[in-house]
Amino acid sequence: MSNQPNLTIERSSVELTKEDFVSDQMVKWCPGCGAHAILSSVANVFPKLGYRKENIMMVSGIGCSSRFPYYVNTYGIHGIHGRAAAISSGVKIANPHLSVWMATGDGDSMAIGGNHFIHIIRRNIDINILLFNNQIYGLTKGQYSPTTPMGSVTKTSPQGTIEHPFNPGELVLGAQGTFFARVIDSNPRMMTEVMFEAARHDGTSIIEILQNCVIFADKTHDSVTNKDVREDRQIALRNGEPMIFGKNKDKGIRLNGSRLEVVTLGENGITEDDLLIHDMYEQDPGIHLMLAKMAYPHFPVAIGVIRSANYPTYDDMVEEQISYAKETSKIKTVDDLLNSGDTWEIK
Amino acid sequence: MVKNKSNVIQRDAVVVKFVGDSGDGMQLTGTLFSDTAALVGLDLATFPDYPAEIRAPHNTVAGVSGFQVHVGAKKIETTGDQCDVLVAMNPASLKANLKWAKPGATIIIDLDTFEENAIKKAGYQTNPLEDGSLDNFNMVKAPITTLTRASLKHMGLDAKTVDKSKNMFALGIMYHLFSWSFDSTYDFFNKKFKNKPQVIEANKTVLEAGYSFADTVEALNSVYQVSKASMVPGRYRNITGNVATAWGFLAASERSGRPLFLGSYPITPATEILIELAKYKSLGAKVFQAEDEIAGICSAIGASYTGSLALTTTSGPGFSLKSEAIGLAVMTELPLVIVNVQRGGPSTGLPTKTEQSDLYQALFGRNGECPAVVLAASSSADCFNYAYMASKIAMEHMTPVILLTDGYLGNGSQLFRIPKVADLPDINPPVAEPNDPDFKPYKRNPETLARKWALPGTEGLRHRIGGLEKEDIYGNVSSDPLNHEKMTLLRNEKVQRIANYIPEQEITGEKEGDVLVVSWGGTFGAVEEAAELLQKEGKKVSHAHFHYIMPLPKNTENVLKGFKKILVCELNSGQFVNYLKMTQYGHNYSQYNKVQGLPFTVTELVQAINKTLEEK
Repeated sequence: MSNQPNLTIERSSVELTKEDFVSDQMVKWCPGCGAHAILSSVANVFPKLGYRKENIMMVSGIGCSSRFPYYVNTYGIHGIHGRAAAISSGVKIANPHLSVWMATGDGDSMAIGGNHFIHIIRRNIDINILLFNNQIYGLTKGQYSPTTPMGSVTKTSPQGTIEHPFNPGELVLGAQGTFFARVIDSNPRMMTEVMFEAARHDGTSIIEILQNCVIFADKTHDSVTNKDVREDRQIALRNGEPMIFGKNKDKGIRLNGSRLEVVTLGENGITEDDLLIHDMYEQDPGIHLMLAKMAYPHFPVAIGVIRSANYPTYDDMVEEQISYAKETSKIKTVDDLLNSGDTWEIK
Repeated sequence: MVKNKSNVIQRDAVVVKFVGDSGDGMQLTGTLFSDTAALVGLDLATFPDYPAEIRAPHNTVAGVSGFQVHVGAKKIETTGDQCDVLVAMNPASLKANLKWAKPGATIIIDLDTFEENAIKKAGYQTNPLEDGSLDNFNMVKAPITTLTRASLKHMGLDAKTVDKSKNMFALGIMYHLFSWSFDSTYDFFNKKFKNKPQVIEANKTVLEAGYSFADTVEALNSVYQVSKASMVPGRYRNITGNVATAWGFLAASERSGRPLFLGSYPITPATEILIELAKYKSLGAKVFQAEDEIAGICSAIGASYTGSLALTTTSGPGFSLKSEAIGLAVMTELPLVIVNVQRGGPSTGLPTKTEQSDLYQALFGRNGECPAVVLAASSSADCFNYAYMASKIAMEHMTPVILLTDGYLGNGSQLFRIPKVADLPDINPPVAEPNDPDFKPYKRNPETLARKWALPGTEGLRHRIGGLEKEDIYGNVSSDPLNHEKMTLLRNEKVQRIANYIPEQEITGEKEGDVLVVSWGGTFGAVEEAAELLQKEGKKVSHAHFHYIMPLPKNTENVLKGFKKILVCELNSGQFVNYLKMTQYGHNYSQYNKVQGLPFTVTELVQAINKTLEEK
């Protein structure tokens, strides 16, 4: 695999900077919203991709997250609720020479847009999806979403929700996702790294961003993101490295039979050699699924790139079929088509 | 081939209907008959009539599949009200179709299928062959099953293959009745069954057996002679409306230089457009079978933004699902063609039957004030032209265009005079040039009011658009009250100005008179024929058939004002007449409507027009 992002996308002849992607629009997210950090990471990663700035395209649906395209100076469409995946699919299939980025939220992608979300993943169209998961409907002011933890009191669940939430990673892998990563809005360095990895991946890349909504679901991810506890409750996965975490780097994840378990290094004779080594390129999604599902309090939450498996993309196969047809078909023009088959002359 | 018959009936047109159980091969039989008719130089129109179920219960009325074809020496505009010849392969198909046979029609049945159980299953109380109910018809009781089996006995084929070729026996009878050669049908066998010489042999044998049988039967003592049609010289082919629609888009893509993208989801009776376009990757067509109707149109909107001729095709239920996204295309002012091959509604309605009941939905079925162009094709062959024009208008005026066809046009076929792509009108989309210093996302052409199409990848044109209200000229998000009103008016005005670029409304007949018969869409053939019949009787009746509905042609008012009464005929409860009442005041409107999932017959239209003429 190349260290370069997609080679079919034209590269910039000049070095680009963050400033090249700043739009002239006022950013209207609430002060303290996690989206600001995501925007900043995107503006950091776009120049690093090396693409011409005109070849980057941003698509979104509806929701707080989906105002994103207005705040980045690229080509962009702010679509309708839930349909960003369908719009992006059309963009990428029609013009595979664009680097397509999609901003969506937990409601936009997994409630109203659930159908498009699973199908874009299944098709493996080369699009980078930033999934802002704040576990709440923000723009409509605080109703529960498909990822709101069960029992949460929201405006539409005064006695607590009675719905089992989606774990986005589980959904992505269930839909045969080839790339899944999880990051936290308060960790911009990792966001930028992971976004670059997503761009490098050929196929649909989903980056779940645990994002804080200061107004309607403040501290919703606090149990894993709080500064005081995060080192013990998160594990940053790095490809090829053993799965170690904890304030004292003394905990790890190992495979025990068919299950993952948390172990302490040095206890019961456990050493680094017993731990799982992260292989994000593994085709089999079994371990990736277990990693994606790890949740507090029994496990640390996995962050970083969990899966980046190499499969053919829909958009590449479209191009292959078209070139093959152009080479082999007798019908090269519409006149050929109109005169093909049974025709006759009337004088 | 030797003819023993002396009695030759000269006709300028004949209607034939093939009916049988689903799976009896009636669609194929009808198609082969039509192909031969076309090759001997006749004009024709066909219409398949099949149930929504793939294989409804055997020998029931619900499972009857039919194919009607109207052939003639004159210009054929419809598939015919009633048939001169009915071929019925079982009792149920006879029961379901007898009402479509003219009095005195020749009815050819497979006598072997008229056994007690099948007669009962068809819903007959008594055997129709014995109770006198068929006395007014010229009955040809042919033991088709027995004779088919006998003719193939020597070949040692399995029973299923043998019985599947019964339809060729019926076709053989028809070829005798018209004195046609087997050539084109043999060509078909040779191509279709290239690697199955036995099947070719069997089909030929049965076809010839049917022909020979007809030669010996007294009931078929006469043959039809239809002289060649006088048609505009040129190269012709037979084409269905759905195929013509697909090809019109391919032509528009080639002429405009914009690659074709279709996002669509299968739905009866529109699926054939999707199937057809999926075949032409060699022409660069990108066809995306989406996960649902909404993804179909949304993917097309994405493709449109990148510079494709973007299409989505559907029928009524799918069209409802696309409403919100049509609004997005209106707001973002992107070119897009939405085809609605109308069927009976509401809800799932009558999937395989025709209707014109989605006109309101096309005109008004969206949130907000959301104008889109509405066009309607009027015949299977002219679906090509209107698919082309819809694409041209969409791209040149940067607007969604809704093209209405219907199940009757989509599945029906007609002869199509093949055009040269170079002779079609130019298509010049307003694509913005790189680094255009004057570019603003919502800056408009002062004449058309179309904004420029700035394609991703182009230097110096980065911009964002979306469903939120846009600031005039600059395209930034704006909720300014006066801006919203201005943009609402501009979006409407842009669509209205398209009237300056479309042909004027034509009238068949005098420009003044007692009744102007008005129609739109797929009813053209029947209404035109009815009006012509009355004109021949000296009645002051003219006909105006509308293809351009939103906006209406500029001269519409002038067309309407020359008549004492305007009779609007349509296959719904009066949607176009109400639209005319809203937009063209002060005329004496009346209406003739039919909502039965069936096309108009010429007979009922003649009656309706006469009634309007008589009414004070």
